Amino acid sequence: MKADVIVIGGGTVGAAIAYGLAQRQQHVIVLDGDDRDHRAARANFGLVWVQGKGTNMPEYQLWSRRSCERWADFSKGLLDITGQDLHLEQKGGLVFCLGDAEFEARRTTLQKLHNQLGGEPADCEMIDRSELERIMPGVAFGSEVYGASLGHRDGHANPLRLLSALHAGIQRLGGTIVSATLVEKIQSNSSGFTLGAGLENYVAPRIVIAAGLGSQKLGALVGLDVPLRPQRGQILVTERFVPILPLPCSGLRQTREGTVMIGATQEDVGLDAATTAVAAAKLSTRALRIIPALATATLVRQWAGLRVLTPDGCPVYAQSESHPGAFVALCHSGVTLAAVHAETIAQAVIDGSLPSSLDVFHQRRFDVPEAA
Amino acid sequence: MFRKLHDPGQAALRVYIDGVAVPAEAGESVAAVLLRQEAVWSRLTPVKGSKRAPYCLMGVCFDCLAEVDGVGSVQTCLTTVQDGMRIARQRGKRSLGA
Repeated sequence: MKADVIVIGGGTVGAAIAYGLAQRQQHVIVLDGDDRDHRAARANFGLVWVQGKGTNMPEYQLWSRRSCERWADFSKGLLDITGQDLHLEQKGGLVFCLGDAEFEARRTTLQKLHNQLGGEPADCEMIDRSELERIMPGVAFGSEVYGASLGHRDGHANPLRLLSALHAGIQRLGGTIVSATLVEKIQSNSSGFTLGAGLENYVAPRIVIAAGLGSQKLGALVGLDVPLRPQRGQILVTERFVPILPLPCSGLRQTREGTVMIGATQEDVGLDAATTAVAAAKLSTRALRIIPALATATLVRQWAGLRVLTPDGCPVYAQSESHPGAFVALCHSGVTLAAVHAETIAQAVIDGSLPSSLDVFHQRRFDVPEAA
Repeated sequence: MFRKLHDPGQAALRVYIDGVAVPAEAGESVAAVLLRQEAVWSRLTPVKGSKRAPYCLMGVCFDCLAEVDGVGSVQTCLTTVQDGMRIARQRGKRSLGA
């Protein structure tokens, strides 16, 4: 099979780029993995989030801001093409602080980021408990809740609806998604790349590697060496409630359907996506310190997923120098960044070069020689 | 409609369904009592508001959820009736306070 561009990986990152390519009249093939592969896109919490991102790399904060600004149009575009409502809300988001020490630490972190951003106006503020109670009149907060940081640009969406809509959109726009396809070989020649998967070959002048944790192995075949590590996140979900939380919070959000999602752990356990009782206990304990009435909630699901993390936690976008036409796109904020992936990254793949504003995201930043 | 095959006699209790007193027998489940009512439904679904009645009667299907003594989303097939128990058919999503 031949295409203008082949995207390896049909998760939120790969699908967003492929959708953007298909919108720009490219014939795109998405080679998606197996159901048993690690799939961060299907374990996502669903925040469309800016607050606190990019400490020590302010460009990541600005890139996330831009995506959040583009999200409403992006979501509307998907609705028009696929009829799927992504349940997007962007009315702000909270990070709760238990006790004044957490509150002051949060203030310091956000202030540091703000200082790194130079002249950019602040889009976060610290709010005290009485202000929280004014914003969320239906919630009886636990006694330890001291306040929160409020990010005005933050919001949330349904990540599974996003993935489903992207897949539908790609196909509606003439693209092809091939599932259960493990890319084993990548050969390049003057006319582009030939990807071998089982008995099938796929040929295109440009390829995008967006295969999550599988990208390290694939990237190495075309001179794109990106260090990656998995980080496990576990999430609990309650039964459906009448609306309680008018705003999403880091680690606590109520979906449009009414369930309350409680997340997420950050565990370094390798490629192990199992759920554990200790994580359920930890997540429940923190949630009850914030909203004690959740103690009576019935938990209906618990799941785990593996985040795709680079050494500094920030995204990587690069084109291979040894194999021009081969791009890599990796991040653990596939939902937040979906809007810019579908626009800026898709356009860059067509143009054959990433804009210089994205140079900072090249993986060469990890190539620091070790001190003797 | 379901009916009891025997008269509980001395073992009869009284419970309230949406405020209406109805007879019950010691040892039976709340779901069994709900199934004997003329309006044979126990809850409205959270999204579409359609009616559901006790179904599997063994704690698996969650269709028999109702509010029992002020607590929402109780699996009534796993809950034994008590004299004076107040049962309310659950209408849509549960409230956090209930």
